[in-house]
Order: sequence, then C-alpha cells, then structure tokens
Amino acid sequence: MSNLVKLTINDTPVEAPAGTLLIDAAKTAGIEIPAFCYYEGMSLQAACRMCLVEIEKAPKLMAACVVPVAEGMVVRTESEAVVKARKTTLEFLLTNHPLDCPVCDKGGECELQDMVFKYGAGESRFTEVKHHVPEKQWSPVVFYDGPRCILCYRCVRVCNEGMGVGALGVVNRGVVSEIAPSHGDHLECDECGSCIDICPVGALTSGAYRYKTRPWEMEHTGTICTHCSDGCKTTLGTRNGEIVRGNNRDRSGVNGEFLCVKGRYAFDFNHHPERLQAPLLRVDGKLEEVSWSRALQVLVEKFKAVRDAKGNVGVIGSTRTSNEEAFLLQKFARTVFGTNNIDHHRSGDVATLLDALSGKTGALGTSADCYTSKAVLIIGADLSQQHPFLANQIRANVRHQKTPVYVVTPGAVREDKTAKKAVRAGEDWLAAVENLKSSLASEKELLVVFGDAVKGEGLRKLVALGDSLGIPVKYIALVDYANSRGAMDMGLLPDLGPGYHAVEGKAGLTLPQMLAATDLDLVWVVGANPLKNASLGSSKAFVVVQDLFRTETAERADLVLPAASAYEKNGTVTNTCGEVQRLMKAADTVGAKTDLAMFGLIARGLGVNLGKVDADNVFAEIQKTVRGYNVPLPVIVTGGAAQTQAVNGRVPSNVLPELIRSAGDTLFTTGTLTKYSKVLNEVMEGPGGLYR
Amino acid sequence: MKLYNEPSPLETRVISKRFGTQNSWRVDTYLATGGMQAFKKACEMTQDQIIDEVKASSLRGRGGAGFPTGMKWSFVPRQSELPKYIVVNADESEPGTCKDRLLMEHDPIQMVEGILIAAKAVGASKGWVYIRGEYRYLIDHMDAVLKECYERNLLGKNILGTGFDFDLYTQTGAGAYECGEESALLESLEGKRGVPRIRPPFPAVSGAFQCPTVLNNVETFSTVPAILNGGGKWYADLGTPRNGGTRLVCLAGHVNKPGVYEVPLGMNMMYFLNEIGGGMLGGRKLKAIIPGGSSCPILSAEECDVAMDYDTMAKAGTMLGSGGMMVMDETTDMVKVALRIMRFYNHESCGWCIPCREGTTWLRKMLARIVDGNGAARDVDLIGDLAQSMLGRTFCPLGDAAALPTISLIKKWRPEFEAYVAKNPFASTELVQVA
Amino acid sequence: MTFSPQLEARFAELLTHYPEGRQRGALIPMLMYAQDEVGAVTQELMEELAKRLGITTLQVDEVTGYYSMLHKKPQGKYHVQVCTNVACMLRGGAELYDHACKKLNLGHKQTAADGKFSLEEVECIGACSWAPAIQVNYDFHHEVTTGKLDEILEGLK
Repeated sequence: MSNLVKLTINDTPVEAPAGTLLIDAAKTAGIEIPAFCYYEGMSLQAACRMCLVEIEKAPKLMAACVVPVAEGMVVRTESEAVVKARKTTLEFLLTNHPLDCPVCDKGGECELQDMVFKYGAGESRFTEVKHHVPEKQWSPVVFYDGPRCILCYRCVRVCNEGMGVGALGVVNRGVVSEIAPSHGDHLECDECGSCIDICPVGALTSGAYRYKTRPWEMEHTGTICTHCSDGCKTTLGTRNGEIVRGNNRDRSGVNGEFLCVKGRYAFDFNHHPERLQAPLLRVDGKLEEVSWSRALQVLVEKFKAVRDAKGNVGVIGSTRTSNEEAFLLQKFARTVFGTNNIDHHRSGDVATLLDALSGKTGALGTSADCYTSKAVLIIGADLSQQHPFLANQIRANVRHQKTPVYVVTPGAVREDKTAKKAVRAGEDWLAAVENLKSSLASEKELLVVFGDAVKGEGLRKLVALGDSLGIPVKYIALVDYANSRGAMDMGLLPDLGPGYHAVEGKAGLTLPQMLAATDLDLVWVVGANPLKNASLGSSKAFVVVQDLFRTETAERADLVLPAASAYEKNGTVTNTCGEVQRLMKAADTVGAKTDLAMFGLIARGLGVNLGKVDADNVFAEIQKTVRGYNVPLPVIVTGGAAQTQAVNGRVPSNVLPELIRSAGDTLFTTGTLTKYSKVLNEVMEGPGGLYR
Repeated sequence: MKLYNEPSPLETRVISKRFGTQNSWRVDTYLATGGMQAFKKACEMTQDQIIDEVKASSLRGRGGAGFPTGMKWSFVPRQSELPKYIVVNADESEPGTCKDRLLMEHDPIQMVEGILIAAKAVGASKGWVYIRGEYRYLIDHMDAVLKECYERNLLGKNILGTGFDFDLYTQTGAGAYECGEESALLESLEGKRGVPRIRPPFPAVSGAFQCPTVLNNVETFSTVPAILNGGGKWYADLGTPRNGGTRLVCLAGHVNKPGVYEVPLGMNMMYFLNEIGGGMLGGRKLKAIIPGGSSCPILSAEECDVAMDYDTMAKAGTMLGSGGMMVMDETTDMVKVALRIMRFYNHESCGWCIPCREGTTWLRKMLARIVDGNGAARDVDLIGDLAQSMLGRTFCPLGDAAALPTISLIKKWRPEFEAYVAKNPFASTELVQVA
Repeated sequence: MTFSPQLEARFAELLTHYPEGRQRGALIPMLMYAQDEVGAVTQELMEELAKRLGITTLQVDEVTGYYSMLHKKPQGKYHVQVCTNVACMLRGGAELYDHACKKLNLGHKQTAADGKFSLEEVECIGACSWAPAIQVNYDFHHEVTTGKLDEILEGLK
C-alpha cells in the first residue's frame, strides 16, 4: 500500500494514495468535481477549467485535474468563487455552442446539457453573433459539427493515445480552432468511432445513428459482439425492436468502453434486406420459400430416414452460435445420429495449448492480463487488425505502465511503434523467439499472445521455452470469431467431445474430409459457410443449412432454415481467452428462429428427448459436463466474464495442425458477414490485408 | 549600426553601452571592449559561486514576470543524468516592447557571453535563441554573429581554451504571441503548436526536449556579464533593494522622444517621461500610461508619479512587465484602446482553454459593437464582469493579460464607455440584439 | 518535392541542431524557410516535411494553422503589413492602415489580382518606440507617415 495522504474536501476528511489527482480523490469520497477535458486514463489537459476548486493558501482557483493531493490540503469544491467560476465557464462555452439541442443526436445524454443544468446560469448574457462553420462528413461513420465542439481534446487523445492511430488533430488557433481529420477533408483510420462516444457533446456524431432516434426512446441491451473473438460487450440501443446504435458507455464488460468498428457499427447486418425470413426448400431444383411447418416436416422426415437407415451424416457447426447451441448440436449428432462426423472451422490450437499446460494453474491469460502483465510477447498476429480489443489493452498497458512488448510477426504491425523489440519472422517464429530468450527471461512475468502459426509441436516447444524462462508465463491462443473458442470447448470436433474428452468410439471425419466425402447422405450445416470456396463431394447428400443469409453453402442446400443472429438470442459465448460471457437478446427476429429453438423443434419432431431446450437449462448441463465450465453463475448472469480453467488434465487429441488456419480477417472484415455489413463496405479503408 | 533613437545623457548605460558604436556586434570589437572577461571569470568559479553572484545582484527576469534569475538557475537539478539546455526567449511580442531587438542588433555577443555563463552555472551544453519570425533580419544577423563566434572559438569546443563546450543556434518563430510564454515557446521549439504546458514541472526540471533548461529573456542574459564583471553587489546597488540594476525601457506613444532607454530600476516614471522622454507630444496633457506592455493594468495620469521597480509597481496595482511603456495623452479614446487590446489578445489566444478562447472573443465582439455605436448600457458592467471571470482562471497568463488592462480601463475610464453607449439611440437597459 | 541547394543545405544544417530523435524541432524553421522559397505552405510541402521528419501530414497541418506567419495561399510579391496595435495606433497606425487599403485597393489578408501586393493588418511587430511601423515582406519601415508609405510602395517594382 502506498502511503496515504490525508486532506479535507468540503470539511470531509479524505485519504488518498500519494500522487492521486485531487479530482479522483474527491470522486472516491463521493464528491463530484465536474470536468470536460479530464478523462481517466488519458493524458492531462487542464483546458476546460471546469474543475477549478479552491485550495487554501493557493492564490487562485486551481484545476483539480492536475493537482495531486497533499498532506493537510484543505479543498472547497462548492464555495462561492468555485460556483461562480463554473457558471461563467459554462456561459463562455455556450457563447459559440449552437443551442440546437432539439435536433442534436446528443440531446438527452449530453454532458454539456447536464453540466449547464446542474451548474449553469439560467440566463445567457451573450448577444453577439456566434461563430459558425458548416458541418463536415469525415467518413461514412464520422461527422463533425465544429460549432458544437467545446475543444476538450478527448477525441484527439482517444485516437492518438488510446487507439494508437493519431487520425485527429487540432488545426487553426484561438476561437477558430477545430478538430481536423487525418487526410485533409476525410478520415483514414480504424473507423472505431471511439471519438464519437467520448465526445461530451454532439460535435462528433455517428453516420450510422444520426437522426435515427432520441436517446430516451431506445432500449439498451448489453450483449457480446458477434464478430472477432475478443468478447467485447456492446450495448445495443434498439428502437421498436431494431438495433440503431452500438456502444458501451457504461464500461461494462471486459472491454470497458472500447469498441472497434465492428462492435460499434457492424450490427447492421442484422437488418440487412437479404436476411432470410422464411425457410427455403429446394423444389424442382430451385429454392423456394415455404412455411416453417412445411420445412420442419420435410426436415424431420429426412432426419428420420437417415437415422433409421444408419446413413452417413456430416455435421458442421458454427464459430458464432452460442455455447448452448454448439453443445446441443454435437449432443444431437452424437446421440441421435450416433456419429462423430462433427467439426467446425478451427482457427487456433487451443487443444494443444491446454494439453501442454496440463497440470499448471494460472497459465491461461485473460483479456485483463493484457493490461496488467508486466511484459507481453506477440507472435504471428496483426493484433490491432485481428484482435482490436486485446491490442487496445496492450497499448494501454504500455501507456500507463511502460510495459515492454516483444513482437514477432511476419510483417509490420502497429505494435512495432511502442515495442521494446520487433522482429520479422513467419514460419520461423520459434527461432526468433529463442533469440529473444535472454531478454524475456529478464522480465518479471510474461503474457504470450499467439496466432495460428503457433500450433502442434511448435506450440509445445513454445510452452517448454516459457517454462525455461523461470518467470510466470501465461498464454492466449488467438482464434477468429465470437465463439470459435466455445465451439472447441463444446466439442464440435471429430475426436473430442465437450471439455476435450476423447469421444466414444472412432473419431469422425474432419471438416475437409466431410466436404471431400462422396458417401454422405445428410450434411447439416449450422451457422457456417464451408462451401464458400469449396464444393461438396457427395452429390447425393441432402444438405440442411441454418443461417442468416443465402450463403454459398445455402445455395447448395436442399433446405435452408432462417436463423436468428447472436443479437437475437440469449445464451453464452466464450472469447479467445476462454472467458464466458452472456448473450442477451437485443432485437426481435422476423421469421427466423434461434438455432437452439430449431434443435428443440427437430428433436420434438423426431421424438427425441434432449432435455429442456432453453439456454439456461443447457448451460446448466454445460456447467456440469464441460471441463473448466463450472464457473460461478452469478458472475455471468450479472454481465461479467468468467474465465474457464480447462487445464486440469491431458487432452487426448490428435491435433491436425494443417486444419488450423485463421481466416485472416482485418478490422474491416468479418468472414461471411462482411458482405452484409453496409458500414464495413462503405468505409474506404476496406479490407486492405494484414501486416501493412 | 545606427540607432533608431538618440540616446539620452540621463541614461545609466550598463548593457547598452556598446549601442551605436562601430562594428559593435563583431567579435573583435567585443573583445577589445572588455568582452569575455566575465566568462573567463566564471570559468574560475564554482557553479554555486556563479549562481550566488547572480542572486546577489537581485537580477529579476526582464521578460515580464520578474522572477529572480539566480533562483531560477538554482532550480536546475545538478544530479540529473539528462543533458541541460539554455533557451533564450527572444520572441519579443508583448505590445510596446522593442528592446531585445536592439540588444541582439547592437551587442549580440554580450548576450552570448551571458548564455555561456548561465551554461557554466548549470552545466548546459547546448542552447537555442528563439527569435520571433517577424525579426527575420535579426535571425540572419544572429546567424552571422554565431558563425563568427564559432570561427573565433567563442562557441563550439573548448571555448577560449577553457575546456568548456557549448553549441548555440537560432530558432525562428512563426508568428504567435503565445510563444513568448516559456512553456509554449518550448513546445514551439519542439516543432509543435505553441500551447503552454501543464506546470509543474517547470522548465528548470523538464524544459526543452524534456531536459532541465534555463529559459530567460534576451535582456536577462545580456545583463549577466556586467554582473560578473562588476560584482553582484555593484549591480544591485544601481537599483533599489530587491530590484537590482538597470533595465531597458521602451518608450512609445504620445511623447516627444520615444525610444529605448536604459535606466536604473526605481527611477520615477514622471521624471523618466519628462526628462528622458522629452515630455508630452505637442504639450498635451497626460491621460494614461501602460507601464510595461499591454498586459499590465493601465495607470491614470495621477497614478504615474511612481518609482519604476517591480515592487513599487506591484503596490500601484500594476507591473513593470516587459518594459514596454506606452504613453497616452488627453485625446486618447480609451474605449478604442480597450478594443484594440482585446483584439490583440483574441487574435493571439491559442484556443486551448475555454475562458480565454471564448472570453476574449466575447469581449472583442462586444467592444467592437460599442465602438460601432451599438452598445447597450448593460454592456458596461458586463465588460468588467467578463474580464473578472477570466482573471486567474485560464490555463496560462494570457487570460490575465487580456483581463487586467480591461478591468483597469473600465474601472478608471468608465464614463467614456458610458458615453459611447449613451450615443446609441437604441440603447436601453434592455437587451439589444445586433446582427 | 525538390528545393534549391541552398534550402537543402539549410535543412541539413537545421537537423543537426536538435537532440537525437527530436528532429521534429526543425519543423517550424523548415516551414518558414521553405515558405519563402515555395511561396506558401502547400499541401505538397506539408507532405514532404512530414515525410522528412517522420510525422503525419496532420501534425504539420496542426502547426501550420497555428502560426500566423505561415500561410497556405500565396501572398503578393510584396506583402505589406501595417501594425495597428496600441503603440502604433497612438501614432496613427490605424489611419496608415486605412490609407494602405485605399492606396492598394486591398483589404485585410487580400492579394492583388496581379500578385504584386498583398495587405495585412498585423499585431505588434516590435517597433513600438518608432511607431507607426510597417513591414514589407521582412523589411521594417519605422515612423511611417502616409506620404512615406506612398513613397515606399511606389519604390517597389
């Protein structure tokens, strides 16, 4: 414990660790000192002057955001002088701020409005002409209204310090100063929209959200982003059942208020006009819309026939559906069809990692570790592109703790800029890491974050190298999508069941084997698009696809069932760090059903008992049966993240490293869903590729 | 090099003694007239001895703030591993001020010697003379002077065989009053917008390129050689207690002999005005004096019978500032003066903090409206109130600089503002909307 | 972008003035000296200096817009700057500026169509004791009267 400093704020004794800023010390004592430019975690500005307070013996009012606490300090935050100063500062601010609150997106959740309401004067004495400049559009998602801007520089800092992008700056001088984008009249950046969220007023507004609704007309649902595997919580604002906004201003979830372009805007696929709203049945060679009852009737008949004939079945699961759905899918396949022909697109070698760490405790890194670890090693991943939240955590770690970061990647990455050492290595990554060994060994601890190049024997060697460093080492195996990790944990694998237990009987076919097989009678694809760049070997197979869209795979299907998206269901997903979080239904479906509901209906049609098919019930079963998933329920139910610790024994896996391959999504792609996100297709940065 | 104004026999010429003499800026002239003796002396002294001598002189910063120079130097950490730097504030931008120009034109090596002594005192190895961009002729001149200093081993390695190394460069500004504020100047030196830094840390601890830095005005450095030559006590005794020595005063406005004159601190302002400045232009009556640059509260004629030193001026409710004295006669329209001053600060406000950015804009617009004949009675009180609302609440002293003269103007010449407002046929206590 | 050998030499010299890795310090001098040669701080110039100093064009733009002597549009061959700040105002600076406006038929920050003259009402240029003062490009003229102003302007070819 650092030594505590005793001071008095508004006659209340307060204790705070030495070095604490007065504004923070007051906050811990429940005393609000208002501020615009001060923002926790960002560099100090002392620009807005809202936090001026009276400190005894100081000749003038002091900015509480830059003054550290001192022993015996006597502070007043509500004295006459302070109240007057705030009032005039707000009056000054409003001189050039347009009072267009009724048509401003921020109206109702504007910090300036709130401050004026709480601290401002009721009457304005300003009768001069306001300075006006027209609004500008900087990108499909970012608009800037200069006159509304109060120049708190939060946006500049979140872009530069937070994101490491530096796409926003301040141009001109004095009262005509304004925020400017990176490329003259437009932005080329991550398009993350952090600048919009952090803007205390309506100066920066979102292309996706502007003029859609008033904030108080929305309902808010905190759920987990369905794109990459970092597991960010995105709070979806819905109006009349339609999602109109994504952000995370309440800082819930592992990500705090961080979101990337996908978490903030790419919910738009959900309302894409091509969303399937009715089942499609192949009639005379063409897919035609049919009713749900007709579709289920056909499906149940087909399933019955294949089951009864002991036909060959192939089941391909999803990297985005919930744990409950993945669990139930493999249970269905294994118990009803008696097959282990179950797989999904694998993007990271979690099985080998868990096996190599067998018997160790505390060796699995969490997203929080990315911020707290005293050293970080990144191998074979363009983290800022592929895992923007983990990258953000590591940037913050460097910014706040000056943590050394080692980078071993095949090409240039953003992390190079702040890295202690950045080495270029692709397949030969292990040799490069060995060269860093003495530096790594001098660190106090290490977090290793690795991509799909690190797998099989190479991964075992990496863990052995980690063991030889003599310091605590944790690992994060990076995977692609929102529930890539959960798909593995739930046993969507031909040789491993839930919790990485060996399957009963012979291992089934892998995904490529299923695609190549010519003798499959039934192929059941749930939330995946394996035929995007492939064709199905078995021409006789009856293909059932559950999906949101008519994907390439759906085009080959005999029956397509419209599925609900992750934002339309309850359940849980597991992020790349193995943290389990809860999906909450935010939007209503039109015609589509959740995969879980479909499994239930099919089971009922077949007369099979899969237990009570609802998310809570299935999760209870997962808790009991899946290794590592006996996590405290209250943590998840209250919107928290619970890390699974699935490393208490060997994993009897025959890992096939050649099957482990990341799809290589960038910040602006998200697999099959990319096509259906208007925002991702509009921003001019485009996919661009990794390692630029 | 010719002088712009005739010197006065009543001056005490310590740092301006070479002004106007032939080739005064050349190394030969400088060495032939006692130059570099102080530096050689400094090389025989310890760091503390040099600083103590400067402290004994009671030299206070000549840029405007008047901080004791010796004390400033003593704040530079001795133990620091970081390189230490000297930065000269030659951004001379305070309206009314035109003295540093002359020091660099006429006796630049005197300043260089002062810099070298400061460098010796704090262990600095490198320095920059930050000169406002408008003074391009002077930057070119200084570049030539520094070149000769290098050629003659007054700069560079093993200076004059003393074993001391020092590099000195010029750095041009690009038009920003704010860069006269020391931390904004440092930002500018680093190639950034001239926005002040949060202090502490002060430049002595974290200055240029985040290294310990001594930052002083041209005149301050130029004074140092004389202090070491004549001794701190000798220099202090030229002025009044705690207000050592002489300083250059830039006399401007409605006087017969405007010009830059070196006088001892503590000289009576009216004596200076009448005896050195030749009295009021056209024999008109004195109305007001801005004593030390436009950032100072303005003195009315009856307040001008004061001693020109830091402490007395403070007691009179104003400042000695940068030495830019502007004299106004009875014909001066004080409302227009208020507007002109506010236009300046509004133009120069960096925009970083709210009270200064918005306050100067509001006041500028309102004063312009009053001068245009569209003022309202309520405006008069509002001017004072807004200026008070900026005072002491801005991020840097620019807000105070805009507020102080305005407050004094509205307080001392309120009837003039009221007269303007009364001339407006539409003026009333009611709100007047002007497009 | 190419510069004259003299300017290149100046840039090379400037870059030696700053501590290792802090060469951004050269930005403002580079902008000023380059502006003299190029005629304005053009987009191309900003990009070039950004590249040379390893910073973004936006960072150069931030600086360019801050300083009043840096201008993105070309000025006249003779840029006439009349100070009207207090010291000059007391000695007729405002009248001098009005005279210059009429004489050149230009307003604040305007450039003549033929590109010969541009005019600017400037803040204190540090010639207060010899007011009113003007600057034509970098040249100072002290104690300027309307007559003297006419002479100066007519003397410029």
